[in-house]
Amino acid sequence: MLSSRTFFLLFFALLVLCFGLAAALVPEFQSWRGSRAQGDIFKVLMGDSRALFANHFYVKADEYYHSGYYPSIFDNRAAFETPHVGEDTGAINSKNHGDEEGFLGSPRDWIDAFGRHFFPDRHTHLDEGGPADDLSGSDNVREILPWLKLSADLDPDNVQTYTVTAYWLRERMHQTAEAEAFLHEGLRNNPDSYDILFELGRLYYESYHDTVRARNVWEVAVRKWLKLDPDAQKENKLIFEQITTHLGVLEGEAGNYDQAINWLQAAKKVSQTPGAIQQQIDAVKVKMAVPTNAPAALPH
Amino acid sequence: MNTIFALAGVAIKELYRRKDFYVLFIITILICLVMASVNIFNDAKIVRYLKEISLLLIWISSLVIAITTTARQIPAERENRTLLPLLAKPLTRMQLILGKFLGCWIACGLTLLCFYIFFGALAASREHQLPLLNYFQAATLHWFMLGVVVALSLFGSLIFAAPSSNSTICFVFVAGILLVGRHLDQVAVTLAEPGRSITYAIYYAIPHLELFDVRDLIIHNWPLIGWKYFGLAILYALAYMAALLIAACLVFRRKAVN
Repeated sequence: MLSSRTFFLLFFALLVLCFGLAAALVPEFQSWRGSRAQGDIFKVLMGDSRALFANHFYVKADEYYHSGYYPSIFDNRAAFETPHVGEDTGAINSKNHGDEEGFLGSPRDWIDAFGRHFFPDRHTHLDEGGPADDLSGSDNVREILPWLKLSADLDPDNVQTYTVTAYWLRERMHQTAEAEAFLHEGLRNNPDSYDILFELGRLYYESYHDTVRARNVWEVAVRKWLKLDPDAQKENKLIFEQITTHLGVLEGEAGNYDQAINWLQAAKKVSQTPGAIQQQIDAVKVKMAVPTNAPAALPH
Repeated sequence: MNTIFALAGVAIKELYRRKDFYVLFIITILICLVMASVNIFNDAKIVRYLKEISLLLIWISSLVIAITTTARQIPAERENRTLLPLLAKPLTRMQLILGKFLGCWIACGLTLLCFYIFFGALAASREHQLPLLNYFQAATLHWFMLGVVVALSLFGSLIFAAPSSNSTICFVFVAGILLVGRHLDQVAVTLAEPGRSITYAIYYAIPHLELFDVRDLIIHNWPLIGWKYFGLAILYALAYMAALLIAACLVFRRKAVN
């Protein structure tokens, strides 16, 4: 029969052993590449599988944008292939086609017809008034933000989430400071992202009217894009066209017409509408021909 | 009728003596308050995500309370050997079934009342509006949906041996209907015979509980449901409750009680 003193000593010895093992293993665990201990709560709980859920919440934001009127996996999703929250920013190639108004089709039977009175059955956008068709309530578009933020938290490598969120924050909610902070967070997670740099440049140019910072950021974005391999460049022409077009406009407004033409010609090479870019180039050339800053001719 | 109400009163008392409701209610409140405290781009007016989480928790809690409370009613009476003395009184088996059903359904209604008052207060604190009629429609439809679930669970408790198996089967059945019930006809179209006819038969036979799930309308502030359709949905639920209770009475009539 062991005495209570023996039990106590045994317990104390085990505690010392546990403490020693922990002290020896923790530094190795912290430096181990597979360790989750360094990340946020989602990384700790879900590891890399969290990225699987990120897209679900991105789509959830789109569902909120439509006030719940959204196709299920059983419905025709052709008009919702690209979430409208992303499509409406103008920075994403849309794959949508078909009828977004009536993906439900005509009622299939009496249960389906009756059931349509109990869920959202009309296509609306939150920024266009939502179900109430009241444009004064268009700032309700803020309701998509929690899901976009959650999506970014779950998959910090998805660049699109940052640019789309920043667009809605800046353009529709007029929360420029929050949009800038969010883009910087995205840039920390994706330092080579020309998409985030482009959006950041737009924020400086359109919201802060800071031409110098916008130019710097966009030029960095161009350099990042040029580092892509040819196949990736071919797939990402749209963003290059947008960056160079914006740089062309910026330089044109700053009076650097040669530089503006150079950027617009670069945009024309990748554009699907080269005619429109040529018109912009012609407009710059006209400006060049009229020396607006020249002193007025003195009467003799 | 007094006998039925007396039995119902016992079932209601059982609900507030047990801890299930309190635990679920406090967990719902805690989760909602934690979610409400999250700062999303310094915008305090964002509310719909909170409404969605809150309603999801209310639906889960109410289903747990409805199914588990009902599933153990008759097996507990049998296990405690109180069923036979109960039936020795001037009480028919049908009255026993109706009393148990009414008690559980009213108990669910009381819990829903607490949950929806909390939900209304939470939503109003952010939205600064209280669409009472919309909440009334949502809560009433929810309550009648629970009536069908309670009747189903009561019927199941007479067929399945243990409350645990009955509860599990009821949960799977109800979750299945809520998730895919509306789309079974679309699934049927893609199948070959006889799968197509069987799926269509299931589609028309099951109680379409998803009709009563109007959370999206509440979350996104859609207008009221037409009162005619609201009334028809109530009648639809009452028809299924009646059918399931009649089936339960028929099974219980021939069942040995000892």
